[in-house]
Amino acid sequence: MVALLDVYLTNASMYPRSYLQYRVGGLMRAIAFLVEPVVYLVIWTAIAEQRGGEVAGMPTKVIAAYFIVWTLVRTTTAAFTPQGFEWRVQHGYFSYQLVRPLHPIHYDLSFYAGYNITALLTWLPAAALLCVVFRPELHPSGWQVAVFVLAACGAYVLRSILLWLLGMVNFWTTRTSALFELFMVSELLLAGRLVPMDFMPTQVSAVANWLPFYWTFGFPIEVLVLDRDGTTMWRGLAAQVLWIGVCATVLLLVWRRAVRRYTAVGN
Amino acid sequence: MRAPLLWHFARVAAMNELQHRVNLWVSVVQSMIAIGAGLAVIAVVYAHVDNLSGWSRAELYVVLGVFTAVGGVTRTVIKPSMLQLVEDVRQGTLDYVLTKPVDAQLHVSLRRIHLWRAVDIPVGGALAVWGLGDTPGNLTLTAIGVLAITVLASVVLVYCVLLCLAASAFWFVHVQATLDIFESIFQAARYPVGVYPGWLRIFLSAIVPVGFAVTVPAEALVGRLPPTTLAAVCALAACWLALSRLIWRASLRRYTGASA
Repeated sequence: MVALLDVYLTNASMYPRSYLQYRVGGLMRAIAFLVEPVVYLVIWTAIAEQRGGEVAGMPTKVIAAYFIVWTLVRTTTAAFTPQGFEWRVQHGYFSYQLVRPLHPIHYDLSFYAGYNITALLTWLPAAALLCVVFRPELHPSGWQVAVFVLAACGAYVLRSILLWLLGMVNFWTTRTSALFELFMVSELLLAGRLVPMDFMPTQVSAVANWLPFYWTFGFPIEVLVLDRDGTTMWRGLAAQVLWIGVCATVLLLVWRRAVRRYTAVGN
Repeated sequence: MRAPLLWHFARVAAMNELQHRVNLWVSVVQSMIAIGAGLAVIAVVYAHVDNLSGWSRAELYVVLGVFTAVGGVTRTVIKPSMLQLVEDVRQGTLDYVLTKPVDAQLHVSLRRIHLWRAVDIPVGGALAVWGLGDTPGNLTLTAIGVLAITVLASVVLVYCVLLCLAASAFWFVHVQATLDIFESIFQAARYPVGVYPGWLRIFLSAIVPVGFAVTVPAEALVGRLPPTTLAAVCALAACWLALSRLIWRASLRRYTGASA
């Protein structure tokens, strides 16, 4: 366990070192993350103003808070993508990962944890700027902040595993771009990424509750921004744990079969 | 001299792509998913309002169609070539381009063609025509000519912005993320530029004119393009073309081929 922790800490420290060497690249990546929510924020602020200051009962300033916290959740849940997985399989990159003593997902989980923590440094000034421009209404209690931290960690782990599961399809097809696109659309519509789930038709929200996407994105945001009761928060955390358990089990089972398919294409 | 050369570049790149025909179906699926998502986004927006800053639902379909088609051109030719340029600067393999007796900017701009991503062009065009609904009768020869000019100006603008972003590799080396920035900013173009507040409108119209690049052809299609805007977009495209050429030349002076 100590050795595993050591691997995690060492691997997590790799991205900050690389970032210090390529600061502009890191800064650009952080800016790229921020553009999407600013677009949503502007559009929904315009719609709220057109409707007299609210959408689905959510005032303009709370909508602003939602999308600013959105940027935080997006920053902390970046994970290894199926496109990267595709590259690894196509170039035979897994060859040396397979001879390592740990499951390769540990290296990705720890590396991206370091990546996301580093990205927080560039997120802070950007969030401050967004707060000055859009004046959000956000007064979370200490309790909400604590649950948010747990929910954000859960969202990161769950999203990482989901993307890894999708990436493993590459062992069979060597190309998953269309599947990844489908994942992104599902995330956009069912996770609260496009709009808060309260803006969606009730049927869509109901379906979203039974799928993993919402727990990787909308749930942590709502914990901090909206006034959810304790039961809803605990139920959300339990849903995250459940989904992590289910997805991790599927990942381990599929991984055994997937590795047998690996032929080091291109290496 | 240049036209046959352009043809040969395009032919070689296309032949490479033709080896992977299954990618056509992958691109069709991707295109359909993207259109489906775009329509869903519009449905969510118009579930709450009747018009978005004066744009009706049908007109927003036209904007989405133009956005998809311009995005198709970008993903077919411009972006793959620019990604290759960034990689070549990083690896030092741009030497192979610079030592050839051909204009280097022309060569780097046409080296990679992801032919199958061109599926987005007819799909986007069809969506735009569908959005026009009962009004395609307004498409006179003059209107089609204006549309062609605006589309050309749009492609020039997108190309110049991407070239300038890719050229930052000559200074900062590890800049694949700059192209991600473009992708993010380009997403803003799926809404008409008039929807955005003043500061963002100026940014999307002049500084990174991707909003302009999509909105102007859409305005031409729905028949609400003022002649002044048409003149402005042409002037802007000419300015960006000159600016990108200057930046390209300045960038080449920075190149050291350190890793070659």
